[in-house]
Amino acid sequence: MNKFNLTQFVVMLTLFIGLILLPHYLRYQHQDFMIFLIINVLVVVSYRLMTLTGEWSLIHIVMMGVGAYTSALMSKHMGVSVWLTIPLAGLSAAVLAGLLSTPLFRMTQFYFLIGSFAVGEAIRLAWIFFIKPFGGSSGISSVPSPELLGIDFMDPIPYYYLVLIVVSLCLWVLYRIEKSRIGLTLNAVHWKAPLAQSVGVNTWKYRTLAFMVASLFVGIAGALKIHYLGNVTPHQFGVGSMVFVLIWVIVGGYNTFYGPIIGAVVLSVLDESLRNLNEYRPAIYGVLLIISIMFMPKGLEHISQGLKDWIKTAKSSS
Amino acid sequence: MLYGHATFHTSPYSLSGLNEATQHEELAVDLFLQSIVNSLIQGGFFALWAVGMVLVFGIMGVVNFAHGELVMVGAYAIWVLKAQMGMGYIPAVFIAVILVMLIGIFMERFLFRPKREDPLGGLINSIGILFILQVVALLVGGTGPAKQVTPAFPGTLILDEFMRIPHQRLFSLGVSIAALLILWFFLTRTKLGWSMRAVALDREAAALQGININRTSLIAMAISAGLAGLAGALMAPISNIYPHMGHNVIITAFIVTIVGGLGSLSGAVLAAFLYAILHTFVTAYFSGTIASMVGLLLMVVVLIVKPTGIMGQRVSE
Repeated sequence: MNKFNLTQFVVMLTLFIGLILLPHYLRYQHQDFMIFLIINVLVVVSYRLMTLTGEWSLIHIVMMGVGAYTSALMSKHMGVSVWLTIPLAGLSAAVLAGLLSTPLFRMTQFYFLIGSFAVGEAIRLAWIFFIKPFGGSSGISSVPSPELLGIDFMDPIPYYYLVLIVVSLCLWVLYRIEKSRIGLTLNAVHWKAPLAQSVGVNTWKYRTLAFMVASLFVGIAGALKIHYLGNVTPHQFGVGSMVFVLIWVIVGGYNTFYGPIIGAVVLSVLDESLRNLNEYRPAIYGVLLIISIMFMPKGLEHISQGLKDWIKTAKSSS
Repeated sequence: MLYGHATFHTSPYSLSGLNEATQHEELAVDLFLQSIVNSLIQGGFFALWAVGMVLVFGIMGVVNFAHGELVMVGAYAIWVLKAQMGMGYIPAVFIAVILVMLIGIFMERFLFRPKREDPLGGLINSIGILFILQVVALLVGGTGPAKQVTPAFPGTLILDEFMRIPHQRLFSLGVSIAALLILWFFLTRTKLGWSMRAVALDREAAALQGININRTSLIAMAISAGLAGLAGALMAPISNIYPHMGHNVIITAFIVTIVGGLGSLSGAVLAAFLYAILHTFVTAYFSGTIASMVGLLLMVVVLIVKPTGIMGQRVSE
């Protein structure tokens, strides 16, 4: 299974070198775009871990906000170093997820979807309502950025590398989790819950675990986002952003690890290239969403799979 | 961001700004009575929103996330026809309802019917329509401030010095209740209504009895959209009209639907009025944000303690 695959290695290496060189050839606004895109990749991949159990939640982006608020409050008001608050942000989101799992996992399927939405929205309203310490609708501004050896992390290029390193590490861990025994069990919980239970798998425990791990990583993503932006508001984590995560995951395809990544990258690049359409962009999204659901229900990843098969048959026939 | 400014603070339906001139000297009793009246009017809207969602969910198994946008289209239609083109209010309401019905029929035929076996697909399709309708509203109305339509029935029913009900709101309440009664009559007293309820109970068994599932679904969606369009048309003269107004509608409809019991129409109507009372009173005595939080948490509690809602029947697996 772990056979060394040369093509795969070469592809990964080129991708990495490309990502390392890329920011030096981009304009300022595109450097910004790349930072947020890489953070969003972590958001969708961690969301996929949750969907492995078969439960679709609408609280994921709010968990990102939990991480963001934790990191912002600790670094701004308690003077904790940003290097410490970023992991703590993930931890706080995971702990909250653990606490919320008791009521939330009493529900499944559609009820869980709506229940998770309601709990998330209530948390978001709490950020709006409790002006102290959350700052109400306008949130928290002038959140400090990280400091290290005199490198200016306000500048996009160093921050880009920081995000790239952190997200790559997180993706690696998430990939290992998915391929491990835990990941396989999560799949079993999704497709054969009664069978999994009958052989002694505590499905509740595994759902909770998936929710906590997904929240841990999305909390980190939230912290990464706001230390670059410099402010955090409740509106950044509204249901609108959650809908975009859903779209990326579904259009990309949620059956493979890289499907959601493809979805996030392709749709974000498309979105960026349509920037001059401003507020009319959502309609393009809507049309694309319907087309992709109607004509390729398995997602964009399926196209790449089809392409691979096609190349294979072309090779073998020649 | 999609719902960037749609916070609950500025809920256009909180109706508490009714008599601003006298509000500061209002007595507690008047606030109480006024809140009762407001909750009745609001309950009528909540019921119209939720009943359409329940109908579609019950018969088609689809969660229509674009339901709030159908309400929004109804309100925009009134703005275009009445405020821009100078048409009378009543004919404008009829046109708005028919327009939204047509959109609903289109959605059923081309988006929900092909995805009948794939609820997630239907849900995603409805999100697609949601985006498109919001942008259509932007194209029609532009980006400026929220639109307003002058009431078609000026004048106010004055019960006492502190309690006034504008005629427009009385009209809305009357029409909402009439629409709900007609729906009830249709579902319980006509053959078509029976067949729809049969499909909601068991789609396959109904199909085996010779009930046309496609036709039933189409009619259910048309009624659901028609009610949404009617709600939008009734709201147009008494609230702000803007592309994201469906956000509030869908959240409220979810709360009402869940509390009332998914799939139960009478439960939805009862829950609509109960939730309207709760929401209006918490808004009047505390704040709109707290009211929304209470509503959401109420929904979670119902989901956990009694997922079938206050009127729902136990569903077998």
